[in-house]
Amino acid sequence: MTKPADFPSPFRTAEYVAAPSDPPEERIDVGVLIVGAGPAGLACGIRLGQLLEDAPEVRERLGEVPVAILEKGKQAGSHLLSGAVVNPRSLRRLFKGRKRVDEMPFYGPVEHESVYFLTNKSALRIPAPPTMKNEGNYVASLSRLGRWLADQAEEAGAMLLPETAAEKLLVSDGRARGVRTGDKGRGRDGQPLGNFEPGSDLIAKVTVLAEGTQGHLTGVALDRFGLTGENPQVWALGVKEVWKVKRPLDRVIHTLGWPLRPGAKYREFGGSFIYPMGEDMLTLGMVVGLDYRDIELSVHDLLQELKAHPLLRKLLEGGERVAWGAKTIPEGGLLALPKQLHAPGLLIVGDGAGLVNVPALKGIHYAIESGRLAAEAAFASLQRGQTPATPGALAGYDETLRESFVWKDLQEVRNMRPAFGRGLILGGALAAAMTATKGRFPRRDLGLERDADVDLIRTDRAKSYPAPDGKLTFDKLSSVFASGNKTRDDQPNHIVLQREVPQDIALLWERMCPAQVYEATETGVDVTPSNCVQCGAITAKGGRLTPPEGGSGPEYTLT
Amino acid sequence: MKIVVCVKQIPEGNSRIDPGTKRLDRGGEGALNAFDANAVEEALRLKDSTGEGEVVLLSLGPAKALDALRKALAMGADRAVLISDQAAAGSDLVATSYALAKALEREGADVVLFGQQAGDSDGAVLWAAVADRLRLPVVSQAAEITHADGKLTVKRQTEFGYDVIEAPLPAVVAVSDAINEPRYPSLKGIMGAKSKPQETVTLADLGVEADRAGEQGSRTEVSALNDPPARGDSKKIVDDDGNAAQAIFDFLAEKRLV
Amino acid sequence: MSSLVFLEHHGDELLKGSLGVLAKAATLGDGDVAGIVIGSGVRALADAAGTFGAAKVYVADDPQLEAPLPQPRVDVIAQLVRDKEIHTVLFGNSVLAADIAAGLAARLDAGINWDLVDLVQQDGKLVGKRPALQDSVYVDVGWTAEPRIALFRSGSFDPNEQGGSAEVEDVQVALEDFSTLARMVDQAHEESEGPSIEDAPVIVAGGRGLGGPENFTLVEELAKALGGAVGATRAVVDAGWYPYSTQVGQTGKTVAPKLYIACGISGAIQHKVGMQSSGVIVAINKDTNAPIFEFSDLGVVGDVDEVVPKLTELVKQRKSS
Repeated sequence: MTKPADFPSPFRTAEYVAAPSDPPEERIDVGVLIVGAGPAGLACGIRLGQLLEDAPEVRERLGEVPVAILEKGKQAGSHLLSGAVVNPRSLRRLFKGRKRVDEMPFYGPVEHESVYFLTNKSALRIPAPPTMKNEGNYVASLSRLGRWLADQAEEAGAMLLPETAAEKLLVSDGRARGVRTGDKGRGRDGQPLGNFEPGSDLIAKVTVLAEGTQGHLTGVALDRFGLTGENPQVWALGVKEVWKVKRPLDRVIHTLGWPLRPGAKYREFGGSFIYPMGEDMLTLGMVVGLDYRDIELSVHDLLQELKAHPLLRKLLEGGERVAWGAKTIPEGGLLALPKQLHAPGLLIVGDGAGLVNVPALKGIHYAIESGRLAAEAAFASLQRGQTPATPGALAGYDETLRESFVWKDLQEVRNMRPAFGRGLILGGALAAAMTATKGRFPRRDLGLERDADVDLIRTDRAKSYPAPDGKLTFDKLSSVFASGNKTRDDQPNHIVLQREVPQDIALLWERMCPAQVYEATETGVDVTPSNCVQCGAITAKGGRLTPPEGGSGPEYTLT
Repeated sequence: MKIVVCVKQIPEGNSRIDPGTKRLDRGGEGALNAFDANAVEEALRLKDSTGEGEVVLLSLGPAKALDALRKALAMGADRAVLISDQAAAGSDLVATSYALAKALEREGADVVLFGQQAGDSDGAVLWAAVADRLRLPVVSQAAEITHADGKLTVKRQTEFGYDVIEAPLPAVVAVSDAINEPRYPSLKGIMGAKSKPQETVTLADLGVEADRAGEQGSRTEVSALNDPPARGDSKKIVDDDGNAAQAIFDFLAEKRLV
Repeated sequence: MSSLVFLEHHGDELLKGSLGVLAKAATLGDGDVAGIVIGSGVRALADAAGTFGAAKVYVADDPQLEAPLPQPRVDVIAQLVRDKEIHTVLFGNSVLAADIAAGLAARLDAGINWDLVDLVQQDGKLVGKRPALQDSVYVDVGWTAEPRIALFRSGSFDPNEQGGSAEVEDVQVALEDFSTLARMVDQAHEESEGPSIEDAPVIVAGGRGLGGPENFTLVEELAKALGGAVGATRAVVDAGWYPYSTQVGQTGKTVAPKLYIACGISGAIQHKVGMQSSGVIVAINKDTNAPIFEFSDLGVVGDVDEVVPKLTELVKQRKSS
């Protein structure tokens, strides 16, 4: 069988790098430009605001708009999705002396937790692996947390610019100068429509890329500045729903096993999570590594299948689905991090950098801490009177990041994900050894294999996907609708991929995509870009996601 | 020429309910209503065509309504006036049209524009009521507006085709979504919106009497919210013996549709 | 005390929507029901109204009222409401009627409820029923004072041609100075061929599952047999199979016919939002997993080329018998 890597995307980094070109009267200058209003970007904006409060001279230097945060979604939170159980450590640090945890929009502390190994009929309680202990952590909706953080960022003086996509990285003299925002009002074939509005050059002294998983300009920057590390990044795809339920859930639940298959030949690494959201809601999701091999695997459908399990049926009885969404998670951990996370005039933070602890399922507090450290590095450089675009001026960020708890945590668990590429049983054993030795085992780091390089197989997995009944189980299209996706359907296609591919690849994409963007046809694959919820899975498996017109895509509020 | 665009805030209690999830979609709050975007766009075009003038946004709602006005300011409107007053809560068309009319008198507009709202929205027929109170000519469903010599020539879309109607200024026009494609605000526009003049006024500022406002000033009420009539069970059959057509026919006959 | 129904006309015919409202008003048992016809040279219409359930018809006949503009009509109706102590004025929705009804509400400071699909007497009060928030809830609405103005969603009721005649009374026409400022320069005179898709009581729509543009003839035949209009999905319109004016969906028209037959349509969201409020939805599609089956009342998994022509035959047979 073929593999997706044989049909690489025609994406060219060079097309997304440009020198500033707007005439001076049209160009827009800001001080620090942050791309992405997620936890990393917003933390960066908030910290900068705090630092600038007491440093009027630095504030002066940054001009009329000292901090600008771009967000491609309709508002902050529209494109944010996670489980989530958040470690409040970074938020405490960020808001020290200003806000308490009980003032933050959480759904409550984690009181109990259980881990189950599932078969299709039963649930075997197993002890929670030490990396997964959630005492002291809080359940959150990342989208909701994002909206709150955005309010804080604005209060701290940042200017939020929603519905604005960053399409190109502006580079001149080997330094990052800012971004060029995306055009609006183009038609299907890219032709300007009646209300065409070209993007603008946004020039900044420091550009912080906080784009999250599969960050568009992050990928461009890593390539352009030669920052890519030894190992490729790998991803998992998570599909989740939020339900209104009759009986409150009293614990955080994680499951392993069914409906994933344990054999090494399947490479199905992942599990599910079920978290309470207050008294009357809960969220459940399925997360599967994109190095899976079976072209019939569909994470969305696995989630639907999961709901038929007795454990879940009981929880969801009498309830109704109120939200749905999907997003990828970078899983490579420390081994997949770029060589460094700064370049002249540029800083990379959060999920875009890959700062996720897979065994602990945590990334949000690392994102926040990295955003905070980036703000401090940028500020320090400005305070020194330096031009941040000078090579090395922002090196302080990498230094402080390596000294932080973020690095320490990632170091300990760096080999766990690759271990699970060897199957659940062996992987589990290897992981246990790693935990016991706090990461000293194995001596030589395991390697990571690109998701698109994985050999494909085909089974009849799809046979057992439940037919959607509209009450417990749902089809992809109505789920996309439930994500609030109102993308204009005559927009240009923002997904860069080869169309004439063999049936296997087309079917792989068709099943993989939770939003039914791809449809296998006789000659290859058809794309319906307006369905896209920008999860990023396609980038892992042979295509390349770029940001569509600002403001389009899902409008998450509870995810 | 002063053009005032009456912008309807998507109010909290009336947000979009996602038909799929039946949940209140709060994501729409603070957003500029699509129909109002057409009206703002038309106002900007009228201003551009005369080469001078002012486009003012007028809205009635809670303080948060300023967020919706911000996008319209980002498109190019010059300033915004928000009527924000607790006493206005619970206003129906009678009360709302009265308050808006008072505010419009205060502004002294040459052209008053409304977006032709969707049928189920609160503002669905507001313009005709406002025009009556202002004693101004009103034209609705405008698919095209031209301005010359102190009057507007409006192409009105009706069930029977297009009428062409002339009205001298000052006039009230409700624009249909066929009239234009609203511009996307430029980044400069978005960034400059915050610093444009935004005024908040109370009903007292406008001279609206207490008994003409809110529930007191209204003449209608909502008494109950119910589930919509059930769609009924859906049936699915497979045409494996060529009898599906008959099955469909019988189904339609049973429902008296043939 | 009586209620008054605005009887709109076009050319020399009373509009079905208005006549439907008249039929409804007659069932409310809330005093006498009168109709009003406003225009120039409209006497004959007044006589016609009698056969549709009006006990009395007021006629405002004046050259100044020739053009179908709302504001002069507000003047006429407002005056009548005052003179005759009318307690409820009812309208069937149209571009013109909506403007009149709202202008009247302001003129009389009278409560107006619109987008009504029903009106009933409940515990001694008049209660209107209307969908809200995109048909996801049904709301009971009422009035706290009289006169009351009710504007009904178009097509809510069927006319009741029961024969009979009405007492016709002329009314004085005195117009406000501002009511005649708007002037009709050129009145719409294009008659559309066949029912416009938005008003059609039946729509038969085709999608990509038809296989090719030539198969739209199947759709057309069925539509014709059912007396309905042809609709199309965005996919086939984009492919050039059928004109944009027939496109149903997010970037096309929103329709709510009594019957919607979807042929070879998968039911993508963009299409669904344009027709989900249809009375009865029948879907024919080869693909059993097509989402349209989730919101159709009758779903048929089968071949459009097989099922549709047979269905057309059956309909034609019924019509001719």
